[in-house]
Amino acid sequence: MTTHPTRTALRLLFDFVGAIEVFNLSSIDTLNPVSPQAAAITRLFLGVLVILAVIFVLVSGLVVYAIVRYRERPGSSMPRQLAGSRKLEFLWTAVPIGLLATVFVFTAKTMRAANPKKGTRPADLLVVGHQWWWEVKYLKSGVITANEIHLPVGKAVLIQLEAADVIHDFWVPQLGRKIDAIPGHTNYLWLRADRPGVYSGICAEFCGTEHAWMRFEVVVQSPEEFTAWEQAQLKIPQPPSEPEALAGMKLFNELTCVNCHRLAGTRANQTAGPDLTHLAQRRMLAGGAAVNNPQTLAEWLKDPDRIKPGSNMPNFHLSDAQVRALVAYLETTK
Amino acid sequence: MKGHEFTEGIAGLVGERERVGWFSHEGLLGWVASVDHKQVGLMYIVAAFVFFGLGGIEALLMRIQLAVPNNHFLSPETFNALFTMHGTTMIFFVAMPLLTGFTVYLVPLMIGARDVAFPRLNAMSFWLTLFAGLMLYFSFFAGGAPSAGWFSYTPLSEAAFSLRSGQDYWILSLIVAGIGTVAGAINIIVTVVTLRAEGMTMKRLPLFVWMNFVNAFLMLFALPVLNAALVMLLIDRQLHAHFFTPASGGSALLWQHYFWAFGHPEVYIVILPAFGMISEIIPVFSRKPIFGYEFVAASTVAIAFLSFTVWAHHMFAVGLGHIANLFFAVASMSIAVPTGVKIFNWTATMYGGQLRFTTAMKFAVAFIVMFTIGGLSGVSFAVVPIDWQLTDTYYLVAHMHYVLFGGTVLASFAGIYYWFPKFSGRLLSERLGSWHFWLTFVGLNLTFFIQHILGMMGMPRRVFTYPALPYWAAFNMLSTIGAFVLLIAMLVFLYNVVMSLRYGETAGDNPWDAWTLEWATTSPPPVENFVRIPPIHGRRPLWDLAHPELADELGKVDA
Repeated sequence: MTTHPTRTALRLLFDFVGAIEVFNLSSIDTLNPVSPQAAAITRLFLGVLVILAVIFVLVSGLVVYAIVRYRERPGSSMPRQLAGSRKLEFLWTAVPIGLLATVFVFTAKTMRAANPKKGTRPADLLVVGHQWWWEVKYLKSGVITANEIHLPVGKAVLIQLEAADVIHDFWVPQLGRKIDAIPGHTNYLWLRADRPGVYSGICAEFCGTEHAWMRFEVVVQSPEEFTAWEQAQLKIPQPPSEPEALAGMKLFNELTCVNCHRLAGTRANQTAGPDLTHLAQRRMLAGGAAVNNPQTLAEWLKDPDRIKPGSNMPNFHLSDAQVRALVAYLETTK
Repeated sequence: MKGHEFTEGIAGLVGERERVGWFSHEGLLGWVASVDHKQVGLMYIVAAFVFFGLGGIEALLMRIQLAVPNNHFLSPETFNALFTMHGTTMIFFVAMPLLTGFTVYLVPLMIGARDVAFPRLNAMSFWLTLFAGLMLYFSFFAGGAPSAGWFSYTPLSEAAFSLRSGQDYWILSLIVAGIGTVAGAINIIVTVVTLRAEGMTMKRLPLFVWMNFVNAFLMLFALPVLNAALVMLLIDRQLHAHFFTPASGGSALLWQHYFWAFGHPEVYIVILPAFGMISEIIPVFSRKPIFGYEFVAASTVAIAFLSFTVWAHHMFAVGLGHIANLFFAVASMSIAVPTGVKIFNWTATMYGGQLRFTTAMKFAVAFIVMFTIGGLSGVSFAVVPIDWQLTDTYYLVAHMHYVLFGGTVLASFAGIYYWFPKFSGRLLSERLGSWHFWLTFVGLNLTFFIQHILGMMGMPRRVFTYPALPYWAAFNMLSTIGAFVLLIAMLVFLYNVVMSLRYGETAGDNPWDAWTLEWATTSPPPVENFVRIPPIHGRRPLWDLAHPELADELGKVDA
C-alpha cells in the first residue's frame, strides 16, 4: 500500500471538519422548531441521533481496532479457526432488540404529540396543491390567497389539505411534520407557531417540471397584526383612477387572464392560477422563484419562462406598454 | 418419483448444452451466441459498467446544476429526466445486472456445477436485460426521456401529466427487464437445488450462494408485483383505463402500495448479493472461517421475509393513520436486527485473524463502516416522526447512497478485485487499486455526508435548483466536488482494468489462498468448469486440502 493517497485523504478530511466548525447550527431548520409538534420531533430526533452515533462509534471502533491489532505481520502463526459464538450472537441480537423496543415506545408517544388528532371541529384553512403553487382559503373569513399563509402567533390552526392535479407535499420544517396533498384523499394537519416570524415552506413530493419553485411562506403575526391583515385581504379593490392602471384593468379583462385567475370585484373568478386580489401585498412571486416587486412582476408578465421555465403561466408576448399597464393595475390592488 | 425425473431432465439439458458447446464460435459471435454461464456473467458485468458510466454522467450533470443556487445550466425538464434516468439506470441496469453477473458466473462454480440449470434461459435473461436498457435509452431519441422519477408516482406519470412517450418506454423497458429477472431467479433456484456437487450440502454452501439463493426468491416474488402495476399504468396511459387516475375514480395511492411492495424487497435484492461477496472476502483475507455461518445465513432469510412487510415506511408522509404507521414502524425497526447480526459477524470474523489488506479487503472493510452509516440512518426513517420531517429530503438521498454506493458499489468493487483474476487470469494492479480505493472512499463521503445536513436544513430532493439560503450553496458545492473526486476514482479503475487485462500479473488458479470451489479450477475456468472436483467434507474444501490438521470438521463453534 502507498501512503500518498492516505495523506491526501486525511488532508481532505481535515478541510471538511474545518468547514463544520464555522458552521452555525441555527440554520438547520429541523433542529430549530417553533411549534410544540416540531419540538417533539426534534427531541426524539436528537435522542435517536445520540443512540445511532453511539452504535456507529462502537462498530467503527471495533473495525478500526481490528484493522490495527490483527493486521498480518511477518512470522505470525496461523490464527485459531474460530467459527462462532452463541453467546455473542445472543448478545448482538438481544441488545438491539431492547434498544429498538425503547425507541419504539418513544416513537409511538411522539407520533401523538407531533400529529395530534383532528377531532370533530371543522378545518380553519383549506390548502390546495396545484402544479406549482399553493391555493390558500381561510374557511371562516373567506380570505383567499396563494403561496403565503398568515397565522396568529400561538394559535393552533387546522388545515385541510387537498390537491388539484398530482400529489404534492406540504412541509414547513420549523413547524413540524410534512404531509402529502393527494388528489381524491383529504389530509388534515395542525399548524401552530409560537414565535412571530416568517417560516419557509416547500412542496416535498416531486410534482413535475417546476417542483423546485413550489415554495411558500408562513407569516406568523401578533393577533392584532393578523386581524388587520385579514381585514385588508377582505377589502374588494376599487377600480383605479390613474390612466395607465385603468388601461391595465381593461387589458386584464380583455386578455385571457380571467380564464385562469381570480380577482375580487372583477369577473375573474377561476382557480387554475393563483388569486390576484391582493397580489401587490405578497412577498414572493411564482412559488418563490422571485421577490415580488414591480420590476419582477413586469419581467414575469413579459416572459414567465425566464423566471420559472415550464410554469403554466403562458407567455402572451405583451408589448412593453401593455406590461407597464398591467403592472400599474396589479400594483393598485393592495 | 417426480423429483427424480425432474433431476434427470436437468441432466439431459446439461448434456444438450455440452453438445452445443462443441459448436463454439470465435470472437464477437462467440459471445453473442454463448450460453456459457461464465460468458453470460461477464456480459452482465460489462453491460452493467457501461450503464454505470451513463448513470454516472447523469449524476455529474445534476451535481453541476446543483453546485450553485439559482443555476441555469440545465432546464428543469432536463434535470427531471436526468434524475429519472439516473435512478432507473442505477437500480435496474447497474446494480441488478452487476450483481446478477457475479451470481451467474460464480454460483455454478461455487457449487461444483458445469453450468446453470437452464443455460439458454440464462442467456435470454441477459439479452432481455440488455435490450430493456437500450429501449430505455432509446427514449432520448424518440421524443424525450421519461421524467416522472424512477418511482413514477401516479397521477404524475399518467398521460394527463407526462405527455412524452418516454414514460411509455420506461414502462415497457422495466416490464422486459422484469421478465428477464424472474427467469434468472428461477434459474438460480433450480441450479442451487439440483446441481450441487457430491458433498455440497445446503449447510456447506458458500454464503455467497446462500444469499443469492434467498435473493432469487425475493426477485421471484417482488418483480411480478412491479410488472403487474406497470401493465396497469400502461393500460391507463394507452387505453384510457382509470386504475390510478383519481379524477376519474381511480386511486392515486394504489400505485404507491404496488410500487413499494416491489420496491422495498428490491432494496434487498440489490444488497443481498453484496452481503454475499463480503461474507466470502472478509474470511479469506482474515485467514479464518466466517464467524457465525448459521447466523449470517439465517439472518438473510429473516431479512427476506421482513422485506415484504415494510413497504409502507416509504409512505409515512401519505397520512395512512397511526395504526398502519405503527405496524410498519415495528416491522421496519425489526429488519435492523438481522442486518446488525451480519455487521457484527463480519467484524467478529476479523478478530483474532491475520488481516491481509489487499484492495478487495480494503473495499470490504470500508463497506462495513459505510453500510453501517446507511443502515443507521435507515433506522431513523423507521422512527415515524423523524421520517415525517426528513423523508423526501437530501437526508434521504444521503441515506440511500450510503446504502447503495457505500454498500452495493463498494462490495461490488471488492468483488471485482477479488474475482477479476478468476475472470481474466490476471491480477488487477494493487497500486492503482489503492488509489482507486482511497479516491472512492474520500469522494463518497465528501459527496454524500454533507447531504444529511442539507436535508436537515430543509432541502427537498428532486429540485432542479434552490434559493441562496445560508450554507446551501457551500454545502452543495462541497457535494459536487466530491462527485468529481468519484469521477477520478472511476477513471483510475477503468485504467486499471484496461492495463491489467493486457499487462497484469498472471494470477494462477488460487492467488488469494481462498477455499471455495471456484479457486479449484484454472483462471479463467475451462468451458466445462472443472476437470476434477475436490472432495467436499466441509464449507472450505480447498482449505481442508491445504490444512488437513486444521480441517473445519475438526474445529467447532464455541458453545
